[in-house]
Amino acid sequence: MAKSPLIAVDNLSKIFSGPRNREPVPVFERVDFTVERGELVCLIGHSGCGKSTVLNILAGLDDATTGQVLIDGLPIAGPSLDRGILFQNHALLPWLTAARNVVFAVRSRWPSWEAAEVARHCQKYLDLVHLTGSEHKKPSELSGGMKQRVGIARAFAIQPKVLLLDEPFGALDALTRGLIQDELLQIWAATQQTIFLITHDVDEAILLADRILLMTNGPRARIAEVVTNPLPRDRTRQTLHRNPRYYDLRNHLLDFLLSRSGRHVNGAPPRSAGARPVNEALESGRLQ
Amino acid sequence: MGSVRGVRTALASLLLLGLVLGAWQLATIPKTATAAGNAEYQAMVGSHKAGLPSPIQIAQTSWRHLRSPFHDGGANDKGIGIQLAFSIGRVLLGFALAVLIAIPLGFLVGTSQLLQRALNPYIQVLKPISPLAWMPLALYTIQDSALSSIFVITICSVWPMLINTAHGVSSVKREWLNVARTLEVHGLRRALHVVLPAAAPTILTGMRISMGIAWLVIVAAEMLVGGTGIGTFVWNEWNNLSLANVIFALLMIGLVGMLLDLAFGSLTRLVSYQE
Repeated sequence: MAKSPLIAVDNLSKIFSGPRNREPVPVFERVDFTVERGELVCLIGHSGCGKSTVLNILAGLDDATTGQVLIDGLPIAGPSLDRGILFQNHALLPWLTAARNVVFAVRSRWPSWEAAEVARHCQKYLDLVHLTGSEHKKPSELSGGMKQRVGIARAFAIQPKVLLLDEPFGALDALTRGLIQDELLQIWAATQQTIFLITHDVDEAILLADRILLMTNGPRARIAEVVTNPLPRDRTRQTLHRNPRYYDLRNHLLDFLLSRSGRHVNGAPPRSAGARPVNEALESGRLQ
Repeated sequence: MGSVRGVRTALASLLLLGLVLGAWQLATIPKTATAAGNAEYQAMVGSHKAGLPSPIQIAQTSWRHLRSPFHDGGANDKGIGIQLAFSIGRVLLGFALAVLIAIPLGFLVGTSQLLQRALNPYIQVLKPISPLAWMPLALYTIQDSALSSIFVITICSVWPMLINTAHGVSSVKREWLNVARTLEVHGLRRALHVVLPAAAPTILTGMRISMGIAWLVIVAAEMLVGGTGIGTFVWNEWNNLSLANVIFALLMIGLVGMLLDLAFGSLTRLVSYQE
C-alpha cells in the first residue's frame, strides 16, 4: 500500500430520505478503503447493505451524503469514461447488434478515430470474450451469458482507469458463470485492468479477488474486515479447492456472512480488528 | 399447416363476400310488377324502387373510373386517381407539418416533468376538439380553402404524435440512460443514438394513429370546403344522385386508408426491437 492508490474512499456514508417524522438512518457509514492500480478488489455483503450504492457512487451515478472518493487523487464529479461499468443486467442497447454496442462505447471514448480503427479495436475485444461469429446478432438473439460477454467487451474496450462490476454474473446459471469468470480472469491478466467488483458469492470472491472487503448488514453498514487473498494468483476454478488454505478462507468468509455480519451494528469495533490478524491466522493455517 | 390455414381463411373470406354481394344483388333487382297506379311516378324517379345500385352496376362504374384514373376534363371531370392524389397530398403535407411540430415538442415534454405537467391541461382540452370545428377559424385566418384543410389535418395529427412521443421519451429505460451517462454521451448524440431509437416504436405507433385520423378527417374537410379531392368527389356525386359513384369512392377511400396503415405498420416493425 505504498504511494497514492488509484481509488481512495474516505469516510463515505449514504442517507436516503426515508418516511417523514422518522430519523433518517444511514444505509452505510464510515466506509473507507483503497484500490491499487492493477488490483482486483471485491466487496462482499448481504443484499440491502448498500453495496450497489457504493458502486454507483464510485461510478458517479449517485452522490454520497458524506465523505469523498478520490480517483488518481482527484474527486469524482459525475460519471466519466475513466470509470467503466459492467451492469448487473448487462444494459445492452437492444436495437444495436453486439458489435454496434461495443462500437457505440468506443466511438464515445475516441470520437476522432476512423471507422476502420474503431472496427479493429472492437473486434479485438469481441474476440477476447469469444463472441467471434456472433457480432451481428441483436442482444435478444443472444443467451444470458453471451449478453454479459458483450457487456464485458464493451466495458473493457474503452480502457477505463477502473472497471466497476456490479454483481456481473448474478443472473447467470452456475456453468455459464464459471466459464465467464475464467474469461474475465484471462482478460484481466491480459489487460492489467484495475477492477472493483461487487458480489454476494463467496467462491466468486475467492477465485477473482486480490483483496476482499467484508461489509456488515445495513442499516449503518460498515466495512468490517479487509481480507487479503492468500491463495496463489495462478489459481483456477479447477485447482482452487485443492489448496488447503481455500477452505480456511472460505469458512472464514462464510462465517462472517452467516453469523458475524449482523453484529457490528451501531458502532461495534469494526475496522481495527481487520485485515492483519485474519491473514496471519490464515497464513499459519490455524483459522477455523 | 400454415398455408392450409391460409387457404381456408381466404376461402371463408371469399365466401362471405359472395354471400353479401349475392344478397345485395337480389335485393336490388328491379321489381317490374308494381302497382299500376304508380307507373307515372316510377317513370319520373327511375325504374329502381330503392334507387340503390346493384353490385354489378357498381362494378361497371368502377371499371369506367379505373380505366382512365388520371384523365382531366376540367373542374368537374377529374379522374379518381387525380382526386385521390389531391387528398393524399394534403394529408401528407399536413402530416409532415405535424411531425415537425409534435416530435421535437414531444421530446421536450418527455424530458421535462415540469413541462409535462404544465402542458397537460391544454393538451387535454385541445385534443378532443373535432378537427373540423377548427375550419371556420382556419378559413378566416388563412383565407385559402386548400391550406385550411391542410391546417385541419395538422391539428388532428399533432395530438397522438405529441402524446406518444412524450410518453416514449419519458419511459426510456433508466439503465440505457445510465449507459449514456457513463459513456459521457450527452446532447444531440444522446437524443439521436439512445433516446430516439429507444422511443421510436412508441413514436411510430403515435404516427400510425395520427395517419389513420388524418385520412378520416380529410374526406370530411374536403366535403366542407369543396374544390378538389376525394371528399369533394363524394359530395358532388351525392348531389348528382349517383350512388354508384359514391360507393365506388367509399371503396377507394377504404383501400387507400388500408395501404397507408400498412405502410406505417411496416415502418413500425422496422424500428421495433426486442428486449
